[in-house]
Amino acid sequence: MIEYIPSGDSAFLVKFGNEISEEINRKVRAYFIALSNKKLEGIIECVPSYTDLMVLYDPLKIQYKSLLKELKILAENISEIEIPEAKTVEIPVCYGGNFGEDMDAVIAHTGLREQEIIEKHSQNSYLVYMLGFTPGFCYLGGMDKSIATPRKEVPSQKILAGSVGLAAEQTGIYPIESPGGWQIIGRTPYRLFDPNRKPEFLLQAGDYLKFYPISEEEYYKLNEND
Amino acid sequence: MGKIKILNPGLLSTIQDGGRFGYQQYGMPVAGAMDLHSLQLANWCVRNPAHEACIEATILGPTIEFQSDTYIAISGATIQPFVNEQAINMNAGIKVRAGDVLSFGSIQTGCRIYIAIAGGFDIPELMESKSTYLRGNLGGFEGRALKAGDELEIADYERRLKGVVPEELIPNYSNFTEIRITSGAEIKRFTMDGVKTFLCSVYSISPQSDRMGYRLSGQKIEHANGADIISSGIVTGAIQVPGHGEPIIMMSDHQTVGGYTKIAQVISVDLPLLGQMKPGDQIKFKEVNLDQAQQLLLERNQWLKQHGIE
Repeated sequence: MIEYIPSGDSAFLVKFGNEISEEINRKVRAYFIALSNKKLEGIIECVPSYTDLMVLYDPLKIQYKSLLKELKILAENISEIEIPEAKTVEIPVCYGGNFGEDMDAVIAHTGLREQEIIEKHSQNSYLVYMLGFTPGFCYLGGMDKSIATPRKEVPSQKILAGSVGLAAEQTGIYPIESPGGWQIIGRTPYRLFDPNRKPEFLLQAGDYLKFYPISEEEYYKLNEND
Repeated sequence: MGKIKILNPGLLSTIQDGGRFGYQQYGMPVAGAMDLHSLQLANWCVRNPAHEACIEATILGPTIEFQSDTYIAISGATIQPFVNEQAINMNAGIKVRAGDVLSFGSIQTGCRIYIAIAGGFDIPELMESKSTYLRGNLGGFEGRALKAGDELEIADYERRLKGVVPEELIPNYSNFTEIRITSGAEIKRFTMDGVKTFLCSVYSISPQSDRMGYRLSGQKIEHANGADIISSGIVTGAIQVPGHGEPIIMMSDHQTVGGYTKIAQVISVDLPLLGQMKPGDQIKFKEVNLDQAQQLLLERNQWLKQHGIE
């Protein structure tokens, strides 16, 4: 059952469910792609999240009654629209050492060896449920629970762009330098967000992300930061 | 190509245009002017496109030296501007010459001043916008607030007709403002008493308010079953109520997703008024329905058009 909830006079929230699940998130992605392909006059942009799609529109170009009608028609016909497969983006990570200053804390908490942690972190494909918090930050799902580690008690003042961290059952990458409390286990040489590059962002909601371990030497060869 | 030089930036002056749209799906906030109506009026006076980038100055006016001849216009908060210490009008195109210095008295009402320059600022667009996003250190002039000594290039201008904004289009700002809202996406997550509290109390804007959001202090709003939701898209003007019960209004630099219940949403025509409110100012909310909200926006737009402002 899809809900269409007005969010003020210039946006609709199209809601596909009430829990975090891959199945619901796939519906959000499919609907987003179908709606983008339709190129409806008056739609400004869309913001996908775990369970819903925020559709921003210009009420001077399309009023909510007509838009609501279009949104419902699209939902009815969505099974007939071909949705491309989600892409998997591979992200190299140099784990531990100077790049993963909190690896020891994760070893201490989980009781696993460093090599086991790296294997568990890099074996799964993670679903990018949505982006937010800071530009380019991906909310990932699908982490192996055996490496879950609580956030640091005292957050770091400065976490470098590209840092890969754990926070309870979540993992993520810091796209820009910022303060933060995640346990940092490695760093990617890739830039998830570069405003002067096209495309500016490496990943989008609905993609899958897979980490693969690289050596320090390879890190410096691939380094896009600094 | 001309230049202007910032002699004194005031409290917080940034370059802002109509906002950076199209990237919220990647977590990029829209940014842009807090008061789009005044941005539009200032630009109209110097015959710029409605959403051309201006300087948005907050609470204190900057001091600016012009290094070439151009036209300027000032809209927004009520304040006395001076050129070489001679009082000039707001909401009118004004000719300035190389060497002239623009300065300001103190703000009377409102919070934000918009300074438009004929032809606009010659700074590169980042992701199709010139707006400064302060937390991300990007866009605008070097991704930051203006500092003393900054020199900004301004585009060449053609001989511009000097527009004067009709009096009735200039809003009156007050430290007590009624702001109209439509009910929020999670209205059912509040008790009847909670909704009543929200609509019947007066809230004041706390000092912990900025371009990202206004934190309001006042009567606490009661939730029916918790304040958290699964993080979801959020738009400018949305009013979130976290567990502590005091509302937060999302403003231009707000994050693209939010995890708290939303009780209401400020209607589009009242967002510019909200952008002119400052810490200590008081708000009373009034509910309208979606049809009324869109009708008011259509009427505002037609009214501006009748005055030749588009």
